[in-house]
Amino acid sequence: MNMSRYSVSSILRNGLSGQKNWQRAWRAAEPKPAYDMIIVGGGGHGLATAFYLAENHGIRNVAVLEKGYVGGGNVGRNTTVIRSNYLLDGNTQFYEFSVKLWEGLSQALNFNVMFSQRGQIVTAHSADQLDTFGHRANIMRLNGIDADILDRDAVRRLVPYLDFSDTARFPIYGAILQGRAGTARHDAVAWGYARAADSHGVDIIQNCEVTGFVRDGDRIVGVETSKGRIGAGKVGLAVAGHTSVLGRKAGLELPIESHVLQAFVTEPLKPLVDHVVAYGADHFYVSQSDKGGLVFGGNLDGYNSYAQRGNLGVVREVAEAAIALMPCISRVRLLRHWGGVMDMTPDASPIICPTPIDGLYLNGGWCYGGFKATPASGWCFAHTLATGKPHPLIAAFRLDRFRTGHTLDEAGAGPSAWLQ
Amino acid sequence: MLRIECPCCGLRDHDEFRYGGDASITRPGHDDPDPEAWYRYVYVRKNPPGPHREFWQHVTGCRQWLVVERDTRNHAIASVGFARKTRA
Repeated sequence: MNMSRYSVSSILRNGLSGQKNWQRAWRAAEPKPAYDMIIVGGGGHGLATAFYLAENHGIRNVAVLEKGYVGGGNVGRNTTVIRSNYLLDGNTQFYEFSVKLWEGLSQALNFNVMFSQRGQIVTAHSADQLDTFGHRANIMRLNGIDADILDRDAVRRLVPYLDFSDTARFPIYGAILQGRAGTARHDAVAWGYARAADSHGVDIIQNCEVTGFVRDGDRIVGVETSKGRIGAGKVGLAVAGHTSVLGRKAGLELPIESHVLQAFVTEPLKPLVDHVVAYGADHFYVSQSDKGGLVFGGNLDGYNSYAQRGNLGVVREVAEAAIALMPCISRVRLLRHWGGVMDMTPDASPIICPTPIDGLYLNGGWCYGGFKATPASGWCFAHTLATGKPHPLIAAFRLDRFRTGHTLDEAGAGPSAWLQ
Repeated sequence: MLRIECPCCGLRDHDEFRYGGDASITRPGHDDPDPEAWYRYVYVRKNPPGPHREFWQHVTGCRQWLVVERDTRNHAIASVGFARKTRA
């Protein structure tokens, strides 16, 4: 609380005093006996939810419970891509709202999340694929979202390092560009939301694992944790990757499987990739970090997994796709690769809603697309917790859509979670 | 790489296989009119962190469908058998 603002003058002042007087960014809170609301999961979505509960709804008696440390889960493991080039009603408007929140996020949080709107290019490799991109671009524009269709020459002018040779395995025919898409510093997002929520009085409690739920009749009135029992008016789950584990403890049956997705970073290079580039002929996407490393990813490992590490077979597949698109990086060395555990839903869309259990609210099922949604997810989940009713922007993300046949199958991939 | 002991072909890398998902799910009868039964069959999964019975098909080998019991936390494989023998 009473956090000093970060500003030019605070940098000068602390610089002149040898950088010894910076306050810690948020308190190391210990749990109180009860809160109005408990958010389980101190990742991006949980912290954003707590921030918007305080900022938008004036609900400050809130705790965020994190079983490990803030930023240790998927918010620190993703490839940081932010975009709103979605096709289906329900997705399109939600992700565009998120991009708009990203555009003002550093100011809203008083924390530089390094949002860089460098643009995202998805390559097309046939006339038919470019037609489907035209369809997507039209839907985006009808929703007020920027989208451009590029022909081969225009793509070549923007990203000349891709394979435009006669021997390209899948020759580039064109591309779709969203200029406002980009990347952000993912750790800063977690830290910024944590600091801003804490400054509103939210308790962020790390190393506090939820082991069960406290019930009064049919209603959930608190949680059992590794730091004891904590009472709550309402409990919100934001534990994507492990939603099934906590859901089962609450008695929820869920259409979710946990799968591991890998990400990669190369040794630092001079500036090469100015955009986010995604390969339309396979699953591969790449951007370049401010340190110079190429950050990229590809497909899921493809079988249920709670291990936060991946398999070498996928390393080879992703590397093959990378070289097919960008032969110039064939001799670049891989610096690190890591895995994160994803909640995969049968339609690749998230679930944010009240649950059939009184007092319990769910935010999960983010598949491999949760990072870009962080601000909108927190905003809408906070609204849902505060009012007990879904925010209009997440009306399509309800849990019972699978039962009623209203799935949001963006990829048209069918119900097998591992094929999404 | 996971290594799966195929009952036909012996120990093989998992990229010779196609994953088929949770093997504990039972398909409703084709004339079952209950939408809830079909919803659970198509969508609901236990998704355990621990032992998981799952289908794999040896697509570049004998093409048999197998049931593998694997721990989803560390990928240790406890058993492999033919899928057809597990049906009652």
